[in-house]
Amino acid sequence: MIERRPGLQILSHVVLLIGVAVVAFPLYLTLVASTQTAEQISRSIPMSMLPGTHMLETYQLALFGGKTSAGGNIPGALSMMRISLISALIISIGKIAISLLSAFALVYFRFPFRNTLFWMIFITLMLPVEVRISPTYAVVSNLGLLNTYAGLTVPLIASATATFLLRQFFLTVPDELVEAARIDGAGPMRFFKDILLPLSATNIAALFVIQFIYGWNQYLWPLLVTTNEDMYPVVLGIKRLISGEAYTEWNVVMATSILAMLPPAMVVILMQKWFVKGLVDTEK
Amino acid sequence: MEKRVRFKSSWLPWVLVAPQMAVVLIFFFWPAGQALYQSVLSQDPFGGSTEFVGWENFDRLFSDTSYLASFKTTAFFSVLVAVTGLSVSLLLAVMADRVRQGAGIYKTLLIWPYAVAPAVAGVLWLFMFASPMGVVAYFLRSLGLDWNHLLNGKHAMTLIVLAAVWKQISYNFLFFLAGLQSIPKSLIEAAAIDGASPWHRFWTIIFPLLSPTTFFLLVINVVYAFFDTFAIVDATTHGGPGKETAILVYKVYYDGFKALDMGGSAAQSVILMGIVVALTVVQFRFVEKKVQYA
Repeated sequence: MIERRPGLQILSHVVLLIGVAVVAFPLYLTLVASTQTAEQISRSIPMSMLPGTHMLETYQLALFGGKTSAGGNIPGALSMMRISLISALIISIGKIAISLLSAFALVYFRFPFRNTLFWMIFITLMLPVEVRISPTYAVVSNLGLLNTYAGLTVPLIASATATFLLRQFFLTVPDELVEAARIDGAGPMRFFKDILLPLSATNIAALFVIQFIYGWNQYLWPLLVTTNEDMYPVVLGIKRLISGEAYTEWNVVMATSILAMLPPAMVVILMQKWFVKGLVDTEK
Repeated sequence: MEKRVRFKSSWLPWVLVAPQMAVVLIFFFWPAGQALYQSVLSQDPFGGSTEFVGWENFDRLFSDTSYLASFKTTAFFSVLVAVTGLSVSLLLAVMADRVRQGAGIYKTLLIWPYAVAPAVAGVLWLFMFASPMGVVAYFLRSLGLDWNHLLNGKHAMTLIVLAAVWKQISYNFLFFLAGLQSIPKSLIEAAAIDGASPWHRFWTIIFPLLSPTTFFLLVINVVYAFFDTFAIVDATTHGGPGKETAILVYKVYYDGFKALDMGGSAAQSVILMGIVVALTVVQFRFVEKKVQYA
């Protein structure tokens, strides 16, 4: 970095490689386990660390369900993944949409109680859903929203991370743009659509990545709100596979885990630039 | 800093904030208020009768040994997760900042665990430690350590700490890396010219300059350990053995939904709310100075 210290360079690479290996090790084991059969796993002690040959059948079993060789019944993960996908999309798109509107209103208009509203929204940043589970559950239940997409997603849209971030961003947009728009005779919504939204594109992308992962990985809330197994997101379904029977079909569990990890991982890797931006900006 | 240029409309802003306010009022303020209300009531779980009991639920909690134990467990757990997570991530970030080639690849390879759901992380680590086929469990046993997280509280705690830290490494790593990259190179160069070794440079210049990031991450990690780890506990140890890994948020869930102790669970929620608000205020006060608008 400053001076040439080849020893330190080598040390850095070694440490990083060890780090990557430790981080990747559980994933590697999961992959390997998903290519074996359940008997292979439980019979060899310890589990063999080399890839097996049963990948296709295991994944087929995990995705579509069916009877296993030990007589257990596996519900397919495909429908659960669809639920996870729809929920995650509703949460991320919904949150971004309402936040764009309220952040726009809070920054570009002056109206009574504006500050009060802002503080009310700000407070929601402080209390994650885990702190208010019982009463929120009661509200959702009273509204008849148990086992629905609405019940799964809307309470999670209530926290204002996106609004806050967008507000911070809007405050940095130069006033000259607004004035220019007004001189050209554009109304507020015109300005919003034609100028503000395109400017916010990177922020929106960043928020989307974070919120999608957040929505996909939800566990406690879906656990409470769904009593019908048909509405389980995939993350919850994995837990069910472990605790259900006395004999755990680990290969299917691992295959389902890989399936559950795939969409968020793809989003992170493909949208890495926005992901990093989203993380670093959201917390300021 | 306030915007000087605004649009004029008497009705449009209300329409714009309406969706957000509706969601926030119905799904945040109303339940939060309910939690506060329920915490001073004693309710028959089957909806029979309710009576106002003032502080009784709170008193009962604070004299309940299992609740106090849960407090201790949670504190212990969060400190472990925060300290281990931050140290490992800092080390990795410092190394990543130093290498001249491949930094981008290392970064990609180290941040993907962020995508893993806490529940899945718990399952993965459970699998590695499960008897009899768990690879790590076997390895430990071959070293003479009789690993049994179903019976041994310390083993159970280690398991959830490992799963929680593993998942957080990416997040901490990213922030540390960003923090390291914002330290002006001129400072470090000046120290190098004065003859300071990399080790010395790190502890006297880099680490102190990194302290806002470190503090921020400390708060975030503690909040993470308090709440986001519910899934890890539920997927692996279910608060067991006994109650040895029953962190506070798990207890709120268990008491409210399994043991049907509504008043107690509501009181616990209120206490948790207090803790989170305190932590957030501390963080905001400390970090707020750093926020600047263009």
